[in-house]
Amino acid sequence: MSKSASLNQLTLRIESNVQDNARLARAFRTRKEERRYWIVLLTLISLGVLFAYGLLVYNNPVPVSSPSFIPVVRRRLVAVIAMLIAAICQSISTVAFQSITNNRIITPSLLGFEAIYSTIHTSTMFFFGTTVFVSFSGVDSFLFQVVAMVLVCLILYGWLLSGKYGNLHLMLLVGIIIGSGLRSVGSFMRRLLAPSEFDVLQARLFASVNNADAALFPIAIPIVMVVAFLLLANAKKLNVLSLGKDVSTSLGNKHQVSVIYTLVLVSILMAVSTALVGPLTFYGFLVATLAYQAAQTFDHRYIFPMALAIGFLIITAAYFFMYHVFNAQGVVSIIIEFFGGILFLIAILRKGTL
Amino acid sequence: MLKVLMSQTSGVECAQPQRHEQKKLLTKPFIFATFAVIVLALVSMFTGVYDIRGQADGMEMFFITRVPRTFSLMLTGAAMSMSGLVMQLITQNRLVEPTTTGTIEWAGLGLIAVYLLFPAPTLVLRMTGAIVFSFLGTMTFFWFLRRVKLRSSLIVPIIGMMLGAVISAISTFVGLVFGMTQNIETWFVGSFASVQVGRYEYLWLIVGITIFIFIYADRLTLAGLGEDIATSLGVNYNRVIFLGTALISFAVGIVAAVIGNLPFLGLIVPNIVSMFRGDDLRSNLPWVCLSGMGTIIACDILARVIIMPFEVPVSLILGTMGSVVFIVILLRKRKLT
Repeated sequence: MSKSASLNQLTLRIESNVQDNARLARAFRTRKEERRYWIVLLTLISLGVLFAYGLLVYNNPVPVSSPSFIPVVRRRLVAVIAMLIAAICQSISTVAFQSITNNRIITPSLLGFEAIYSTIHTSTMFFFGTTVFVSFSGVDSFLFQVVAMVLVCLILYGWLLSGKYGNLHLMLLVGIIIGSGLRSVGSFMRRLLAPSEFDVLQARLFASVNNADAALFPIAIPIVMVVAFLLLANAKKLNVLSLGKDVSTSLGNKHQVSVIYTLVLVSILMAVSTALVGPLTFYGFLVATLAYQAAQTFDHRYIFPMALAIGFLIITAAYFFMYHVFNAQGVVSIIIEFFGGILFLIAILRKGTL
Repeated sequence: MLKVLMSQTSGVECAQPQRHEQKKLLTKPFIFATFAVIVLALVSMFTGVYDIRGQADGMEMFFITRVPRTFSLMLTGAAMSMSGLVMQLITQNRLVEPTTTGTIEWAGLGLIAVYLLFPAPTLVLRMTGAIVFSFLGTMTFFWFLRRVKLRSSLIVPIIGMMLGAVISAISTFVGLVFGMTQNIETWFVGSFASVQVGRYEYLWLIVGITIFIFIYADRLTLAGLGEDIATSLGVNYNRVIFLGTALISFAVGIVAAVIGNLPFLGLIVPNIVSMFRGDDLRSNLPWVCLSGMGTIIACDILARVIIMPFEVPVSLILGTMGSVVFIVILLRKRKLT
């Protein structure tokens, strides 16, 4: 979002409020828009819940009366919970990230989380062998990955953002390049592995909602809840941050500190999502863009719920249709990426500035 | 840059440009660099598992695999680094090259399209597909750059790479639908392992492209000053841009079809050369070609030696080292600005 556009938005909001004779600046231009927001939000949530319910019970091979009905549902519930976690992580972190970078085109998956993730696994296998690699799973390894990813981000981006030459675009570019460098290193190490080791590793690297490890939920869910809550609680500050560095500083905000704080929260969410369900490049972008379209406001208190609802709806609907209508299981994430990518191109062209 | 300016202002009494006197090509450093590349090429020819001096058919093997490999290394090195240089001139952005503009991904999409349309495509067909699509892709990127107002030069490669990600999502999608993901994956790792007589000859077309770029060097330099300046200096801007893009796409398409993806070469070589020599395209071109050749030969020797009886694809070495150099360049840039 360019600065002038957001300022325009601000003045627009103020003007419309003057017209409304309201004393407080509100998030919506008119009451009609506010009503529309709630209707859209409720519709989306109920649709999402409907699809999730469909994923759980539709086309269940055993009849309801059978004793194995519940285990089948429980098995499917793992996938739905993984989808919910992915939706929360990706949607909230993308919206927050776009606000601190002051750019609606960028997604946090650019920072190379997936490369760090696969490098951690590959180098464990490469340096310590299969025995250590196999024992390096479950809760400890999950926590270790998340901590490692967040630490790398914190050190790197803290360093790049601080100081006289701190520059957000530079940070992003360095993130992308490190990602592609790590991908090369990882693929280089994988070439040197024995085929049996490679097989074991490959199975681990293909994370998706379907092989999400249910044993990780007791840790992943609280982490996501806490971090998402912190970001939601930070919504008002994000409103200020999204106005750009100069404006937010002059409004009395410690810009640098808030940016790094938000970045840490974003990187935790992204790390959890990547470690749990694998990389998704354009999903977050798709969700955030649609959320801004649907919400008709720039207030994060309203954007976040909308993004969440849309994110959950997209992922459940995509899986539902692909499983039960088109019978094509493997392609869901690719479909989401495909549409996200197309939307990305359209968004750039329509916006005309970056 | 500064050096060039200073040397030009010192000769201020003569109004005519003195380039050809001031920048002779055959200076001592250049001869030395040429010599170094020749030595590297010789080392490359004698590196390998097969014992060419001990075995009876050693000489035959030497001419079937080693010589073609070394030649193709030199040709692709020159091609990739030159296309990087030309791209950087046209976009007026130092951080642009075939991997950061999505051109490589477009070439991959072109290969897939050819595999879809023809059941068993020949190399010429694959090359044509890659060339046509990388041309389309590069033009799309330039069109994007013109359509979209940018606030920072750093955002150009970010957009390019995201564009590339979109294209490769499309490729993966198409590949998945028609069961060709394996083809894509092997293609995306560039390696010279399969180069031998009969499989690399199209790379010689690069020599023609190089000559073309040399002829158009001055016009491309002018186009690099921007549309307004170039036009007022009597250059048909759009035609030069079109021609430059066509040349790049030709080079990238040929390399993509014959060898595969070679990341970052076009970025690090021109940047390092212009760090030492300033920005005159015509006098830098021989240097860029030469350093491109040297870099890729050195990387390929490393790729062959590092796990000796086997070899790793050279693109992995390039990707690893290239990303480090790229980051160093970026950080230097941040200090300077």
